[in-house]
Amino acid sequence: MSEIPCGRTLVLDEGLSLWGGMDPGTGELIDPHHPQRGANVAGRVLVMPSGRGSSSSASVLAEAARAGTAPAAIVLGEPDLILAVGAAVAEELYGVRIPVVVKPGARLARIRDGVEVRIGPRGGLRPAR
Amino acid sequence: MRLVVRAAEVTGADRLIDITRAHVDACLYHGEASVHFVDRLLAGGARTSVRTTLNVGAVDLLHPELFRGDRRTADRGRLLMDRYRALGARPTYTCAPYQLADARPAVGEQVAWGESNAIAFCNSVLGARTNRYGDFIDVAAAITGRVPDAGLHRDEPRRATLVLRLASDVSPRLRDDDALFGVLGIVLGRRAGSAVAVIDGLRPGQSEDRLKALGAAAASSGSVALFHVVGSTPEAPSLDDALGHRPPAAVELIGLDELRDARDELSMPSDEPLGAVALGTPHASLAELERYAAMLGERHVHPDVELLISTGREVLDRAAERGIAGRLRAAGAGLLVDTCSYLSPVLRRTGGVVMTDSAKWAWYGHANVGVTVAFGSTADCIRSAVAGRVRRDDRAWSAA
Repeated sequence: MSEIPCGRTLVLDEGLSLWGGMDPGTGELIDPHHPQRGANVAGRVLVMPSGRGSSSSASVLAEAARAGTAPAAIVLGEPDLILAVGAAVAEELYGVRIPVVVKPGARLARIRDGVEVRIGPRGGLRPAR
Repeated sequence: MRLVVRAAEVTGADRLIDITRAHVDACLYHGEASVHFVDRLLAGGARTSVRTTLNVGAVDLLHPELFRGDRRTADRGRLLMDRYRALGARPTYTCAPYQLADARPAVGEQVAWGESNAIAFCNSVLGARTNRYGDFIDVAAAITGRVPDAGLHRDEPRRATLVLRLASDVSPRLRDDDALFGVLGIVLGRRAGSAVAVIDGLRPGQSEDRLKALGAAAASSGSVALFHVVGSTPEAPSLDDALGHRPPAAVELIGLDELRDARDELSMPSDEPLGAVALGTPHASLAELERYAAMLGERHVHPDVELLISTGREVLDRAAERGIAGRLRAAGAGLLVDTCSYLSPVLRRTGGVVMTDSAKWAWYGHANVGVTVAFGSTADCIRSAVAGRVRRDDRAWSAA
């Protein structure tokens, strides 16, 4: 894991419950109700309006960190305690840092899909060099 | 404690408050990370400091023969369930701790609960106060007895800002049909997201089982941790009370078409025969078990169909004392405890369609256990289990 998390953005149209929504073995998005089913979150900068659903999502995020399928970072439209705690435990147990950044409304909407970005020390998104 | 402080940073709280109870979801095995976490705590000498109940795990410890997955997952799942017991939690292994008289917090009591349906029920139906605590933070709260003073622990964020009103084309019959509540929950979750909504247009005094179905579905399709139902939930004796005597940000109608669409989305198109019927998600209450037994009456489940009912071990004990469990088993039903049929490979016949009366089961079942799902009312499910094929009575879903 590099010091500065970077990756290609994966912008989801709807929030995703990691539990029941992502296979931590592969990183694949498996929620049949989600419009972007089949996408893979591993190593991507996951951008979505909010977390969703299950309180088990924290475990799935930590397990994905262990298995090497976690997103490089998560960018949300609103704070989500479940994902923030999952990321904190991933760092505590495995030293894998997954920044969880909040970008309200309009700023989230400006993030385009499939762009290489890096996460700055204060949570800013910058184009990757 | 580091996790609790991290949580305080995320939620913007400037102090911590004491809690009286915790409900821990982290005892469900999701991989070795689950075990590594609790082992780190046990190695450090940690123990729960408040009364702590446990959510479902990966296996039915009382009926281990029902597990049909791989042996290693079963072994690690069982080990994790034992580890949380060693941490000092009560081995309830249920997603419905609110069905246990001595585990129910009172109105206004500050607690830390995990499990999305239990969170919604705790806040909405019991009027106790918890945030949407996920795995790990639920454990951290159980050990420290402290949580950040933020969100739904405080008065202001509990006020509804969105009114969802049933439109006039939703018939009185549908408004009083059990199958409405899970479907309405799916719509509530989509419309509200993580906002607090109040539902208007239902008869006052709705049962806990209906509100359980509503909340479980809303916490699946959305991030709903608190909802109000006018005349049925403790913080909504009137619409005005639910709104905190202030105007709502929005008033929206829910019409019959949207409800029908949400209902239809819960069933997948299929030509496969009926293989199984899954009831009791979230865990069936004693009243529900009694109702299933009454609906079955003298009839027997069709030999080609498995009827599997999930419930909590303590509720099953009470059902056994009253002869209800015996009646259900005599009719050919199976009873599963400590886990649930939508997250653990326990169904015998995964070849055919699985029918359920739970919108939550229908929402997650396909992704989790890879089956084709059909949704129907409880009566539809029982009738289908007996008939050996999917049968539905959709008359309540006609326009008013």
